[in-house]
Amino acid sequence: MADLHFGADQPTAAEWAAIDTIVPESDAATVTETERLVRGGRSRRQGLRHQLLPVLHSLQHEIGWISPGGLNGAAQRLGVPPADAYGVATFYELLRTTDPGHRDDVVHVCVDPVCALAGSDELRASLEAEGARVHASPCLGQCERAPAQFIQGVRRPDRVPADNATDGEPFRLPQAGDPTLRVLRRVGVVDPTSLDSYREHGGYEALAAAIDMGPDAVIAAVSDSGLSGRGGAAFPTGVKWRAVADEFGPDKHVVANCDESEPGTFKDRIVCEHDPFSVIESMTIAGLAVGAPHGWIYIRGEYPRATAHLEGAIAQARAAGLLGDDVAGSGQGFDIELRRGAGAYICGEETALFNSIEGFRGEPRNKPPFPTTHGLFSQPTAINNPETLVNVLDIVIDGPAAYRSVGTERSPGTRLFCLSGRVAVPGLYEVPFGTTLGGLLDLAGGPVGSLAAVLLGGAAGVFVGPDALDMPLTLEDAREAGATLGSGVVTVFDDTVDFESVVVRIAEFFRDESCGQCVPCRVGTQRQHEVLVELQGSGGPLTEQRAELIDDMAVAMVDASICGLGHTAASAVRSALALGLIGNSP
Amino acid sequence: MFGAGGGTSSYKEIEETDVILLWGSNAREAHPIFFHHLLKGLDNGARMYCVDPRYTSSARFADLWVGIDVGTDIALANGIGREIIHAGLANQEFIAHATEGFDAYAASVEPFTPDRVADICGIPAEAVVEMAHAYATADKAQILWTLGITEHHNAVDNVLSLCNLSLLTGHVGRWGSGLVPLRGQNNVQGGGDMGAIPGRFPGFASVDDPDHRARFEAAYGRSLNPEPGLHLTLMFEAMERGDLRALYVIGENPADSEADAHHARAQLENLDILVVQDILMTRTAEMADVVLPASVAWAESDGTVTSSERRVQRVRAAVSPPGQARHDIDILCDMAEAMGSGLGPRDPEAAWDELRSLSAMHTGMSWERLEAAGGIQWPCPEEDHPGSAFLHGWLWADDREGRDPAPFSVLEHEGPTEELSDDFPLRLTTGRALDSYNTGVQSGQYDSPLRFAGLDMNPADAASLGIADGDRVRVCSPRGSVEMNARLASSLPSGLAFTTLHHPELIDVNVLTNPDWDPKSGTAEFKAAAVRVERVAAAPDSEAGGNGDRTRQAATTAGTSVG
Repeated sequence: MADLHFGADQPTAAEWAAIDTIVPESDAATVTETERLVRGGRSRRQGLRHQLLPVLHSLQHEIGWISPGGLNGAAQRLGVPPADAYGVATFYELLRTTDPGHRDDVVHVCVDPVCALAGSDELRASLEAEGARVHASPCLGQCERAPAQFIQGVRRPDRVPADNATDGEPFRLPQAGDPTLRVLRRVGVVDPTSLDSYREHGGYEALAAAIDMGPDAVIAAVSDSGLSGRGGAAFPTGVKWRAVADEFGPDKHVVANCDESEPGTFKDRIVCEHDPFSVIESMTIAGLAVGAPHGWIYIRGEYPRATAHLEGAIAQARAAGLLGDDVAGSGQGFDIELRRGAGAYICGEETALFNSIEGFRGEPRNKPPFPTTHGLFSQPTAINNPETLVNVLDIVIDGPAAYRSVGTERSPGTRLFCLSGRVAVPGLYEVPFGTTLGGLLDLAGGPVGSLAAVLLGGAAGVFVGPDALDMPLTLEDAREAGATLGSGVVTVFDDTVDFESVVVRIAEFFRDESCGQCVPCRVGTQRQHEVLVELQGSGGPLTEQRAELIDDMAVAMVDASICGLGHTAASAVRSALALGLIGNSP
Repeated sequence: MFGAGGGTSSYKEIEETDVILLWGSNAREAHPIFFHHLLKGLDNGARMYCVDPRYTSSARFADLWVGIDVGTDIALANGIGREIIHAGLANQEFIAHATEGFDAYAASVEPFTPDRVADICGIPAEAVVEMAHAYATADKAQILWTLGITEHHNAVDNVLSLCNLSLLTGHVGRWGSGLVPLRGQNNVQGGGDMGAIPGRFPGFASVDDPDHRARFEAAYGRSLNPEPGLHLTLMFEAMERGDLRALYVIGENPADSEADAHHARAQLENLDILVVQDILMTRTAEMADVVLPASVAWAESDGTVTSSERRVQRVRAAVSPPGQARHDIDILCDMAEAMGSGLGPRDPEAAWDELRSLSAMHTGMSWERLEAAGGIQWPCPEEDHPGSAFLHGWLWADDREGRDPAPFSVLEHEGPTEELSDDFPLRLTTGRALDSYNTGVQSGQYDSPLRFAGLDMNPADAASLGIADGDRVRVCSPRGSVEMNARLASSLPSGLAFTTLHHPELIDVNVLTNPDWDPKSGTAEFKAAAVRVERVAAAPDSEAGGNGDRTRQAATTAGTSVG
């Protein structure tokens, strides 16, 4: 602190105002109260650091970019070294540290495979022709309505044209009315902006039941249900909660990871947009169960409607005494703070997400220590994704046995799948574990055209061929088949698809999204992309040399990267090669 | 305090404490190694309150910086004490058990209401209240101080006013709570421990105590002078009177470091003989009749040093002293032999063992143990004693280990002896900077990009005197005047000017300082002189800037720096 040196650039009045809305001068890291009294200190500064990303968001939104003066102002206000603040500002896709030369809204158009199939190139061209400021973006989480756009506003709200087009109309799931729905039961049924409506549909019965049961019984029920994480790693939720509950001390956290950024994933967006109270209620149950008074929602910056609905739900729950110092008369405190990401795939990785909330670059941490002991702010943390959390509501009300009545022994319950690409009715589907891939596609009206391959698990997943349609969708069957369910992505491709372009784009995605911390991943994702571009340009088959290079880099990334991004950066590429989708051209 | 002189706490306790009062200390710059321990404490969640007239680089780490007027420490301490009593936060049980004189103390601090303290100290009244509550309600709390407390005419009273606070709250004599004067060198503590204090033998035995003296007389085989010797300030007075005619200076540079330097140098000139033993040719050595080149303690000498936390550690010679330089112990023993009397063994370990036989607090520390443990904290009276992390645990013992209760002190606020006047309207205070060491004898020979030799002034004060950053100014005190470059520093409240003591060859700062001294400690009031500042010339060009190198300054002050 004492050694912070700033460049000469000073914020403009507008920039100070943007900073003030998040952290007013009276809350600054250093406050000169009088000529003889200055308030500051390390704990004050540390307590402010987590406001860095919100301050940067505010500058970006109000000014249209983060100027050197604005960055200096943010760093001064928060007592953050300017170089550190610059490192954070340059980490995120939605933050600009170079003057764009205009103050217009920016239209982000998704260029990932599903949207590319649906014509995102044409969309970009037509938007540009209209004079819009277009930015090619990775997956925006709207794959069921590709090609996707997200408009980042300057002094106007962020928005999604597809949302605005349907504003006022009730949302309708493809499975609307299906009585077997669990997680999605209320989606498209309740008014997501109304606590009363949520209560009319059974809302907050689970919290009341959980308070009656007590923390131990809740955790036992979650353990007995066999619920596992739906974000991709499938870690047993009960084990995670028990570990956090067993940690001493009052400073524990529950984090809802709504940063789904895996290309092809949009399930948590739909849950948060259309049933936000269920996320709030299940987080509250988690908080009371593990003894954590602090709840955090970290949500993609590209999800303005889900953000607004969650913020509204938090405010209503707080007003109703369902969040706060004494949750629903339980005598326990729990409240939730919402944080927006700013466009970084890696921040969906749990420890990168913690760093992002804390105001650091969203780089994953080494594990161990695990989040259950050293999570957010290095304190015990239970982090789950919304789908996982919402499952808890039924478990608490109906009990583990009822929960296990569908699904398989090792994969009990249901699972959300995000269907997109060449399928008749793209959208979000909930089916019991064990439903076959073919059965799931049938539910969505079947593939369009002649099925060539399905990408399971998104960019970090694997391609499977038509022969996999009989595969039951369970954790154990997927593992046996060398596949993964990941975050529930099911992207369907027919035989007209140019798979080389798809795979090059996947490789490009990993190259862009690698945080750069681990050399094998930083270099490996770059080289992998180069090899595939070269292959695409050659028009010839995969040479033995290229194949060897891809395999070598995959091994290095799996062995020596610290997080899942590096571990999975080659899996889709290699499965495409193995299936012969690419590399065979004569 | 309460007996032997030494910090009561270990460094580790600073790392684990809850509240730190850093009082009159810019430890960040003057005690950078100790400050690492303090930073660990802050990392572990400790809150820090920094009392200092300047917004120092240490203060920038504080939860609250309280910028009192120079020399108003007792008023603030008394005000904090009063607030603790009035808020019902005094530790009555501890006071009853371990202290005496509380009622008189309580009565004496009664007039120091927050508002009156605010008036005297120039700070907001709520700062007094906030510090009082933070200190008193902390589970563990430390008071750390340095020369801002002790370089005053009433230095001992200043220290006692802080001791009062620890007695009031029971923040002493237990793990994590204590009183720590920071030592400026690696072995200041050791020097005092070994008896380099007038009136003390090694281990703080008193010269004028017949029992103590008898022990040393038996060991040395001769009678010893029962009269306490003179401390430095008294020596100069004795020189002035002509009573002191010969001076043997070892590792000191009084020609530069004494307050009112003109006067001090005149006294040194008048001596019959001046002998200086040092590792470098200091200004004092230049005046000497005989110079005895000595080896450096670090890397050239075998022996021990004792740190601020009373930890005795071995040091080892790795190289031989250059040229004609010799070990201090050899010079001293030869000197004694030339005078016809042996000093005993020259071997450092044998000398150490002699000390162990005489100083109970060192008795348990054989070299073998010091080697094995990497250092031991005194008191360590037996070979199987682990050493003592903190002092004064007896305050909490059921029987107080048979000792008298610790006394509160009744102290009045006096303020600096030299009051501001129309002729001398600014307060000049002195201190140290990170990249220089005391009078610069050892540090002046290397370069530092941060070094600045000149006067720091409040920008508004400077503006009212027509002084711009970098201007040449003349600083006048009732004793003399010195020219230097001015630098505008918003870290100084209005009315306060600051300079370091590091560059006597460029800026003879002790020509200005006030020689009034504390009869109890012998320390002069370096921290508070009244001065007048006059502009002499515009900012010199970069060639003429001396050590206040303009280009360097420009490089380090470009842009703004915030706390």
